[in-house]
Amino acid sequence: MNYSKPKFKEIYGNFINGEFEDPDDGEYFDNHSPIDNKLLAKYPRSKESDVKKAIEAANNAKDAWGKTSVGERSAILMKIADVIEANLNEFAQMETADNGKAIRETVNADVPLAIDHFRYFASVIRAEEGSATELNENTVSLIIREPLGVVAQIIPWNFPLLMLAWKVAPALASGNCVVLKPAEQTPASATFLAEKIAHLLPPGVFNVIHGFGPEAGKPLASSGKVDKVAFTGETTTGQLIMQYASKNLNPVTMELGGKSPNIFFNSIMDHDDDFLDKCIEGAVLFAFNQGEVCTAPSRLLIQEDIYDAFIEKVIARTEAIKMGDPFDMNTMMGAQASNDQQEKILSYIEIGKEEGAKVLTGGGAKKLEGDLSKGFYVQPTILKGHNKMRVFQEEIFGPVLAVCTFKDEAEAIEIANDTLYGLGAGVWTRDAHQLYQVPRAIKAGRVWVNCYHDYPAHAPFGGYKKSGFGRENHLMMLNHYRQTKNMLISYDKKKLGFF
Amino acid sequence: MEYNRVEITEEAALVVEKLKQQHGEVIFHQSGGCCDGSSPMLLPKEDFYIDDNDILLGEVSGVPFYMSHDQFEYWKHTHLTVDLTDGRGASFSLEIPLGKRFIIRSRLLKEEEIAYLNKK
Repeated sequence: MNYSKPKFKEIYGNFINGEFEDPDDGEYFDNHSPIDNKLLAKYPRSKESDVKKAIEAANNAKDAWGKTSVGERSAILMKIADVIEANLNEFAQMETADNGKAIRETVNADVPLAIDHFRYFASVIRAEEGSATELNENTVSLIIREPLGVVAQIIPWNFPLLMLAWKVAPALASGNCVVLKPAEQTPASATFLAEKIAHLLPPGVFNVIHGFGPEAGKPLASSGKVDKVAFTGETTTGQLIMQYASKNLNPVTMELGGKSPNIFFNSIMDHDDDFLDKCIEGAVLFAFNQGEVCTAPSRLLIQEDIYDAFIEKVIARTEAIKMGDPFDMNTMMGAQASNDQQEKILSYIEIGKEEGAKVLTGGGAKKLEGDLSKGFYVQPTILKGHNKMRVFQEEIFGPVLAVCTFKDEAEAIEIANDTLYGLGAGVWTRDAHQLYQVPRAIKAGRVWVNCYHDYPAHAPFGGYKKSGFGRENHLMMLNHYRQTKNMLISYDKKKLGFF
Repeated sequence: MEYNRVEITEEAALVVEKLKQQHGEVIFHQSGGCCDGSSPMLLPKEDFYIDDNDILLGEVSGVPFYMSHDQFEYWKHTHLTVDLTDGRGASFSLEIPLGKRFIIRSRLLKEEEIAYLNKK
């Protein structure tokens, strides 16, 4: 199959109350592809009045939608998954055009995972049960889950369709209506999905509003007419959204990124086998999705007695990363999502060098030929330094790996936890004791053991420390989108006796 | 000789002035974390709660520049310059609708700068 940039319309609308609508003031913004900086399409530059309309549509739809049976909701979510699957290649091409990532990732990871997330949440709600507890012979406590109502969701640009699925699937599954604001760099797949599933959902259940954070995100996050705000992004906006939500005493869930350690113990090199090959790939996964992953394994910790031998293999594998046209199935790494991201990444490589980090490979922008010369590409880069350097402490969100060594388990754990964040971590070893004890000692919500960058539905994902809170990808997310109703029932005919 | 921790380029200062006229009093807060993190955010002063968990690094174009204390621990040896680039960031920072993005350029502080700033 040959992949290419899909056809876009010239102008898209917001999806409100089951229909595409122009923004009230008629303003749009240009959406460019980071592959070649060419215009893809125009999307609404929504303002407060547009956002209010979407919130009103969701509020009007919430009572009826909240009363649908789990059977009906499950069947609809299954159909959404089927629609995405039937259009897998189109979604993948759209995602690659919009975000810049390689088609091999969108075809094999982004879109299949999004499909599976809808199926997972469609399935678990059929198997869930509430509880009935006999507190004493005459008193029964019933626990019944009820939807919150209207949920505001603000999602990022690194996995536009997958982050949508992570947020929208559990919210709809638990009976909520959604007002979604995709990131302004990547508005395409959410709009495409709305086009494809408009006939499956009652009007107002799923709404998509485009626009900029200060103009459209703020009125959405601060609205008194939404019942919950879910956000994935950076810490300052996270704090701001929590403040807005606090005015309405609304619950929030936050996923705010990390600076994930990837720890390799000396036993990995005991044999030259498939597992060692897997370990090398595991270290090079820093370049997956151009490093634009909240859990990017961007700190590589190698036990000092294997450092020379292992880093040599990691450098060789990194230098074999093929960059080029993201629509070519052989391309391993595509474009950074935008010009400002590329600038930021390069500025971090510079401060890394100034702090004394040694560039082991890469170290600058990547120049490609032809149309691609206008795109935003960065060489996969490895910097050797120590954990107090800024390149070890800040999320660069690019293909930049900071590597250091450790003496023993205690030092590995100390370095791993010396960070403000706690989203992901990796532990690689052939030692059965380390396999359990080291992950338990790391303060992070997800520790991959002898693997990395696997995101199956059914395994909870979320942060410790400044990485946020809430657990996505798992049925426990349903309760972040629900109220708990307790009915406390007395079967006693006798009065209490107080009055 | 006076030293500071944070400066701003002329190009960025022009945009700050423009946004001040539009939004009134504003502050910079250095963000961390995912996506558009590790960049400075320009926000309306009344919108963002600042307390003892934040440290004031200085003023640029009459706008206070804050960062959380724990983040500053990892940044304190570096000098920051607020610069401007074209781009489509996603965050609540006020320059986003202009198709511009504030960005931080950093360098190491020199010994005499550190001595001066620590005394202050």
